[in-house]
Order: sequence, then C-alpha cells, then structure tokens
Amino acid sequence: MRISLQEARDRIPQRDTILETTVRLMVPFIQLYGLYVIVHGHYSPGGGFQGGVVLGASVILFALAFGLPASKRYLSESTDIILANTGALIYTGIATLCALLGGMFLDYSALAKILPIDPISWHSHGIFLVEVGVGMGVTTIMVSIYWDMASAGRLDEGL
Amino acid sequence: MKPLALLATLITGALLLYGTADFAAWGDPQSPPNRNISVRYVEEAVKETHVPNIVTAVLGDYRGYDTMFELVVIYSAGMAVMGILRRRED
Amino acid sequence: MIWQLDLVLLLLVVFCAVATITVKDLLSATIIFSAYSFLMCLLWAEMGAVDVAFTEATVGAGVSTIFFISAIFRTTRRSKD
Repeated sequence: MRISLQEARDRIPQRDTILETTVRLMVPFIQLYGLYVIVHGHYSPGGGFQGGVVLGASVILFALAFGLPASKRYLSESTDIILANTGALIYTGIATLCALLGGMFLDYSALAKILPIDPISWHSHGIFLVEVGVGMGVTTIMVSIYWDMASAGRLDEGL
Repeated sequence: MKPLALLATLITGALLLYGTADFAAWGDPQSPPNRNISVRYVEEAVKETHVPNIVTAVLGDYRGYDTMFELVVIYSAGMAVMGILRRRED
Repeated sequence: MIWQLDLVLLLLVVFCAVATITVKDLLSATIIFSAYSFLMCLLWAEMGAVDVAFTEATVGAGVSTIFFISAIFRTTRRSKD
C-alpha cells in the first residue's frame, strides 16, 4: 500500500511526550560532552572535528524531535551562517596572523609578540584556539546541511 | 554487464589483497614509517608543543595545513549544499 | 590485537559491505551502512587508533546516516538497479 508523503505526515502524531521529554533531557548532556571533547582534545582522544560533530548532532536531534522550526528558534539561521564563517575565519585568521607577525604560516610561536608568554606554550594555546574554530565551523555546517537536506531548502519542515 | 562488473571487482580486490602482502606487520617498530619521522614526533612533540596527546599535536601543529583544508572542505560542502538547495519563498 | 575478535569483526564488516550494495530498499541499506561504520569504528579502536575510531563513530555512524535518511526522505526509497 503506497501512501503519499502528506498522508504519512497526517498519520503521525505531531507531538509525543515521551520523545520530547527524552530529547529535552539528553540534549544538554550531549552538548556538554561535545564541549568536553573539544576542550579536552589536548589530553584525550577527540578534538575540534569530533566535538563539533557531536554538538551538531545534538541540534539535529533537537530538530528531529521538536521539528525544524523549533530548532531554528534554538539556533537561528543567521547565527548559524555567522558561526560557520567565524569558525573558518578563526583557523585561517590565526594562521595568517602568525605569518604577519613574522613567523611562518601556522607557526603559533609567533603569537608571542601579542601576548608575551613562552613561545612553546603558545603552540599549545594556538592548537586550542584552532580547534575551537574547527568545532564552530563543523557544528554549524552539519546543522545547515541537515536543514537543507531534510526540508529541500525551504527550512519549513523537517523529517 | 553484471558478470563484467563482478569480474572487474574481483580482479581489483585480488590485486589489493596481493598488495597487502607487502605491508609491514601491525605495530612493527622496524617498519619504514616507524623508523623515519614518527620517532621524531614521539620524542619531540611534547617538548615542542606542550600537548600531551601526540595525535592532537600532529593534527593541529605539524600537519596544520591538513586540518585547515579539512575545515575548508567541510565549509565548501556546506556552502555548496546551501547554494544548490536553499530557496526563498518570497 | 585479539585474532578471534578480529576475525569476527572482519567477517561482519565484509558481510555488511556486501549487504549494503545488494539490498534493494535504500533505507535498509542506510541502516546496514551505519552498522558497517560502527564495526569499522570497533576495528579502529581495537587497533589502537582511538581518534580515527571516534571520528568514524560520530561522522560515519551518526551524522552521515541522518544525511542519507533525509536524502531518501526527499527522493525515493526504491533502488532502480
């Protein structure tokens, strides 16, 4: 028996208490874990990319449970694009800043001219800043790809 | 077409399996990749970057270009999806 | 590396890989592909490449499955060949 998309949509109840409560409880912990993975990348497996994907997955989970418009109130469309561009800009910007300050491209020890601490420690802090940029970019790009693909670009209703 | 595709797949798979015979043993400290640059990373990474996790040090610092263009690839993919699919109703 | 565990994982990986391309229903293929990704993740973790395993688990088994399902949702569920 074949049914159309609209009929299938009408048969599914629009709100489900169990689902919404579960997601409401899970999303903060998933986001905390994503932030932990990004920040703790220096000491344990993980880093900007993995943590960013986990953070993006939390927003996607929110969108799956509460509908796409609700997730757009949570993370608005313009914020999403701004964060994606900022994330990409942080990485390339820091790399270029290193070159402008007299070091080589991506040579974080040149940043010691801005904040005079040990150049070796600047490598550690530079990696951290760059990982934050990667995390921001990956999170928002994953959410934006999901929005576009699930709603065929109209951003009105998702899966 | 089907038997031809199966034949091509089998030949490619057989060649790839034949190629794995030349691989170094898993975890072999005397294999060529483990004798050249890896030794330096293992010995110097913590001293040069103060990052205890060597994987992060290699990804973020020694191979920073790689990670940068990885982000650029993700960014371009997102922008391409946005450019192709997104449309305004007004 | 425990070779018994290795053998089971590799057999399951091959099984999932063949099943993914032979199943007609694309939604089933997506779920089997997700299982394949997770088995690859276990294989990476078993070999000691924990970072790669983490990436495989988040991207391969997590987000890409959602992308595939949303693409199927907007196109068709039946495979043509």
